[in-house]
Amino acid sequence: MVTLKKKRAGYKKPLVAVYILTVIFFLQAPALSLLVSSFSADKYFRFPFSELTMKWYVEMFNSGGIRDSVLNSLVTALAVTVPATVLAFLGALAFARYKWRGRFLYQRFLLLPIFFPQMVLGLAQLLLANFMGVNTSWITAGISHMVWLLPIITMVIAIQVYGFDVTIEEAAYDLGASTAQVLREVTLPVLMPGIVTGALFAFLLSWSNFDLSLFLQGVDNMLPVYIYGKMTGGFSPTAPALSAAVYLLSAAVLFIPFWLITRMENS
Amino acid sequence: MKPYENQSQSIKYKNLPKKIKNPGLFLGLPTILALTIFFLLPLCLIVLYSFQEPNVFELGKDLTLLNYKDFLGQGYYSTFLWSALLAVLTTAATFVLAYPCAYGMVKVFPKYNMWLTLLLVMPIFVTSNIRIFGWTLILLKGGFLSFLTGWIPGFQEIEFLYNFPVIIMGMVYIYFPFMLFPVVLGLEMVDDTAVEAAVDLGANRWQVFKEVEVPMSAAGILIGCLLVFVLSLGSMVEAQVLGGSIVTTFAEDIHHAFSYQQNWPLGSALSVILLTITVGLILVALRYVNLDKLLGARAKLG
Repeated sequence: MVTLKKKRAGYKKPLVAVYILTVIFFLQAPALSLLVSSFSADKYFRFPFSELTMKWYVEMFNSGGIRDSVLNSLVTALAVTVPATVLAFLGALAFARYKWRGRFLYQRFLLLPIFFPQMVLGLAQLLLANFMGVNTSWITAGISHMVWLLPIITMVIAIQVYGFDVTIEEAAYDLGASTAQVLREVTLPVLMPGIVTGALFAFLLSWSNFDLSLFLQGVDNMLPVYIYGKMTGGFSPTAPALSAAVYLLSAAVLFIPFWLITRMENS
Repeated sequence: MKPYENQSQSIKYKNLPKKIKNPGLFLGLPTILALTIFFLLPLCLIVLYSFQEPNVFELGKDLTLLNYKDFLGQGYYSTFLWSALLAVLTTAATFVLAYPCAYGMVKVFPKYNMWLTLLLVMPIFVTSNIRIFGWTLILLKGGFLSFLTGWIPGFQEIEFLYNFPVIIMGMVYIYFPFMLFPVVLGLEMVDDTAVEAAVDLGANRWQVFKEVEVPMSAAGILIGCLLVFVLSLGSMVEAQVLGGSIVTTFAEDIHHAFSYQQNWPLGSALSVILLTITVGLILVALRYVNLDKLLGARAKLG
């Protein structure tokens, strides 16, 4: 690989580093603000706070409404993750691995939901549920999540598939392996990082979805919709605590597996 | 040979089980079916509803263009133009901010690419309402920012919310990761030797950017801009929460028609207008993008 001389490259390394760190700060600033606000004992938000407290966190754990919505969101996210990952794995092979008639069209069709305004998608799916006489519940919400996130995680896995050396698969076939064996012993292990990342993304995107849930959850209140209710209609002091907890939880679910994987790779 | 090209070509059908003649279609079929039923069908319904008489809930036989006339007659086009303005400004600002960041990730600190990507894309996995709520606590009167500016004489008790620039800031904040990641993929297609050659031939930084880097990463830039434009065109919450009521967005009109007015056909017609523009833009732009090359660039780097 050709490395450019510092002077010729036309950038200063520390400057770029400072810029990236500033952007990270800008993107994570709300987390900081929520976390700090969650310890305020005041009924109305004003900084600096008159007193600090942990009571909103205690209240959060004792609230039945929160427990129910957490459970609804968790069940939905888990129920979505499994089928979405399977479909995305197969779909990614069709996307990146094989050349077939209709592939060009398939690639574009698959990308469409990513570009869609979620609210319109949610409303359209509500019309479908109404048309088919189906009552909205966590199941319809889950289906709508899946349609929206399936293309995203198919992309994630497809990026992995592009880097996949197909000759290993062919070698396995030449050595007499069956289709199932090749899948189990070659294809799946090689693509595993992409599949795990895809599954993680599927879980988190369903867990944090608001726009689709709002229209399709019916009576099963999802956590993001519950929090939205707490945020609007005046300031509720539990809202920052709940939001901060959700923010940190998502961060943990995303970072811990990557941290574990890199640790495993290094040892 | 380029790896992304030999990928799909080198497959030999003789090695596969004979039952599956067309493995691509076979593997893609579940996804195609799922998207047809739960994505395409709802869209057909929304198109059908948009031609119904106003205020009906069941599909009837009489079709009408009345709802589309309302778009022009009742001033909905003006909120559409506001949304378009917000989308253009957001796209431009997001690109300007995301490009140097993506450049740093790919060309300056490739070692830390994965961790930087996680840190920068992570907010996507937290409900946007929660994050916007975090911003309101920073920006409102008596919030964190006005506490900081309070030390400056004449800058006490400032309200940073409810103005036009703060809406743009909020939208840039929300859609930044959607620009960043495609641009990262695009920049991974930029060949360092081409940059080296341009520098050897006397190109300055601006010329390298304009003549080498942008053309070589054009596919990623195009996808990023398209994604941000289309998503911000259909956005609502940023303008509502951060902007108060100073701007009504088109998405808000759609939501309003469905919920408060209970006028599904009108809401459908407005949705169809939004979708026609969205889908049209995507399909035209995607004709010029080699997706295999764009998504395969990362594999090429190893």
